[in-house]
Amino acid sequence: MATRTEALPNVPAATSVGTLIPALSLWKREVVRFYRNRSRVIGVIASPLLFWLVIGSGFGSSFRANSAAGSQNYLTFFYTGALTMIVLFTAIFTMMSVIEDRNEGFLLSVLVAPVNRSVIVLGKVLGGATLAAGQGIVFLVFAPLIGVHFTLVSFVLTCLTIFLIAFSLTALGFIIAWPMDSTQAFHAIINLFLIPLWLLSGAMFSIAHASRWIALVMRLNPLTYGTEALRDLLFPASAPADFTFATSFGILAVFTAIMFGVAFLVANRRTTKPAA
Amino acid sequence: MTVALNTTALSEVRPATQPAVISVQHLRHVYGDRKALDGVSFEVYPAEIFGLLGPNGSGKTTMFRILSTLMLPVDGRAVIMGFDAARQPDQVRKQIGVVFQAPSIDVKLTAAENLRHVGHLYGLKGKDLSARINETLSRVGLLDRANEPAETFSGGMQRRLELAKGLLHRPAVLLLDEPTTGLDPGARRDLWQYLSILRDEQGVTIIVTTHLMEEAERCGRLAILSEGHLVALGTPTELKQEIGGDVILLEAKDPESLAKRVSARFGVETAVIDGKVRLEREQGHRFVPDVVEAFPGEIESLTVAKPTLEDVFIHRTGHRFWTEDQAGSETAAKKDKKKKKH
Repeated sequence: MATRTEALPNVPAATSVGTLIPALSLWKREVVRFYRNRSRVIGVIASPLLFWLVIGSGFGSSFRANSAAGSQNYLTFFYTGALTMIVLFTAIFTMMSVIEDRNEGFLLSVLVAPVNRSVIVLGKVLGGATLAAGQGIVFLVFAPLIGVHFTLVSFVLTCLTIFLIAFSLTALGFIIAWPMDSTQAFHAIINLFLIPLWLLSGAMFSIAHASRWIALVMRLNPLTYGTEALRDLLFPASAPADFTFATSFGILAVFTAIMFGVAFLVANRRTTKPAA
Repeated sequence: MTVALNTTALSEVRPATQPAVISVQHLRHVYGDRKALDGVSFEVYPAEIFGLLGPNGSGKTTMFRILSTLMLPVDGRAVIMGFDAARQPDQVRKQIGVVFQAPSIDVKLTAAENLRHVGHLYGLKGKDLSARINETLSRVGLLDRANEPAETFSGGMQRRLELAKGLLHRPAVLLLDEPTTGLDPGARRDLWQYLSILRDEQGVTIIVTTHLMEEAERCGRLAILSEGHLVALGTPTELKQEIGGDVILLEAKDPESLAKRVSARFGVETAVIDGKVRLEREQGHRFVPDVVEAFPGEIESLTVAKPTLEDVFIHRTGHRFWTEDQAGSETAAKKDKKKKKH
């Protein structure tokens, strides 16, 4: 046996790795990866933008939201929904990467590293939420076009609300995607669950005039409160008396916290199944 | 290192009194109702290159997943550097570096960025991390491409980056799952050379899973798995020496009948494997004229060969390494594996 010229491999000290640095590291990676993927960036902004402009203008003046102070045309009404659509699409992109990454990808390395599973949740969900919120906030650039005026307070609250929506949707996506095998199954979920979730959140039609049972489903949908909170902030004059901003925001915050908690639980479960 | 060539205790050869780096004890695992591992036990000693050889479905990938803490076994224990893989996974993870068969680098990031993120996962940071990244990249020969996106790398270079990822935190144990998949022969040689250097200069204990006999030959010691069972354990040389002599294969129109008659005539054990009569005989070349003369015109072809690892496999299991069904359904097995891998 050859004599060893270097020291034996050092056995690392038994200190734990900690959560903050790895989580921040994964967070940063999410953001960097997204913006290096040119086509995705364009797709995520362009589709909702196009959707908004085309549908909004298509409806033109044939739609008048019945609200206290005057009526809105559809372009204005739909703006909020388009914003949440951007947030949703970005969150979905992050969640696809959870599935893709895990069997063949960087996530494998994370799974065998001496870090708490929570790091994965934090990294992915925070990363995804930051991206989704960021894209949503960029969309606010178009808000003045439809007559939205911001005060400092309302702007900050708007960004915060967008962030909470982004966070809760990303966490929800994580919960769904984590146990999944293939992106095919996830596509089904997107079409059968996530998109209807968005459709029934007050994005496309107001809860005030929806028929009974749809209105009921909309009330049960946490995303409705997020959308309503945004509408309250962007168009304070035409807020329906149904939900106050405080109520909507409160429910949104609670929903976000619950989603995050469940995401933690899901990632920390260790079973005898592969790569859990 | 003294080696005891006691034929009954061939599987118990161990260097002096060195504690095992890895101890696998009665490991059992099932996927649904399919037994992947059925009570496998072995030990791995410091600074050796240990191979897990087996065809698809033999359980070596399952073993790999359990050792790398990706999965909990249904029963049994895997102890690495004194830590139980199931109960103390984080301690184990600090000691092991893992190189997966599936690509695990982020192709959108540069080589250095990939290593930086991995370093953070192991508690490395700052200047120390930067120094290690440079050192590791230089060892695998990628230092000049450190700031280029991994998607611009060739297959061999990507594999080297994977290796760098596994070695960044200087683990005592390195686990590799079919590491030469998709590499050309030059790259394979380079990889094995590098593994030898790791073992000799740094005392890293290396475990490699493989289904290639040529690779298994290069391992210091081998565990051969078949259908979830450990069927052989020892150095390649010892295992092959078990086979009493050369391996002779006879092709004939009616192998079954020929096998019986050869057995009766010469008093040797024969078997029909894959449509050929197979027997083991010392000094095989002397046997050739005897058997050909004994059965004139019947023997269509005859092969004499030194025993290979596949012969060891056949000797222990009674069937070939790749049976017809296995070879044909290799893709099906891979698909199945992907589904179960989840």
